[in-house]
Amino acid sequence: MTVAVIVVGLLLGLASLCALYRIARGPSILDRVLAIDVLLATIGGALAVDMAVNRHLDNVVLLVAISVIGFIGSVTVARFVTDRK
Amino acid sequence: MNDTVIDVLTAICLLGGALMSVAAGVGLLRFPDLLARMHAATKPQVLGLLLFLLAIGLQMRSWVLVPVLMVCWIFMLLTVPVSAHMVGRAGYRTKHMRRDLLSMDELDEVVEKAANKRAPDRNPTERPDET
Repeated sequence: MTVAVIVVGLLLGLASLCALYRIARGPSILDRVLAIDVLLATIGGALAVDMAVNRHLDNVVLLVAISVIGFIGSVTVARFVTDRK
Repeated sequence: MNDTVIDVLTAICLLGGALMSVAAGVGLLRFPDLLARMHAATKPQVLGLLLFLLAIGLQMRSWVLVPVLMVCWIFMLLTVPVSAHMVGRAGYRTKHMRRDLLSMDELDEVVEKAANKRAPDRNPTERPDET
């Protein structure tokens, strides 16, 4: 179980590094919003792993809040994108 | 014995969810344009979250928790398609994609048809609405 948790932590860290690279690099703002969505999903996953490993439920509300933030953020940005070139 | 089985199942669920996140990250890095990246980005949001919530349910060992976790997941299921639709539509409209990578563009026909239908009787004082 401990080994599995360590591996999961490494994988989640790798995923968030990839998402952060795309946020920094991303050619357009839509790519950045997409990468932010992935980053939020990864953070939510990390919270869920914490809950599963330590057997508590403190973060459930935070999970829902994170999905709301991702939703509102991407919808708002998508509404105000301008044409390329 | 029973605890070991549950722990192994939990570990499998957690690893599966983490692999979904990594798949999304690698997809974000490697895929060439917005629409392809959107395909990769939805993996941890739906299947990954389901696996993580399954792991929580297994570890807490109570059925009372299932509705709460289901609400969490269904909320994600409701919001993810809407935001993906908005982002995809905005990307299409503002040309944030590579047309040479598309094998099929069904939206183009629809837009063309709508433009042809609206063009003859357009009222010049009317404000042009956005698609």
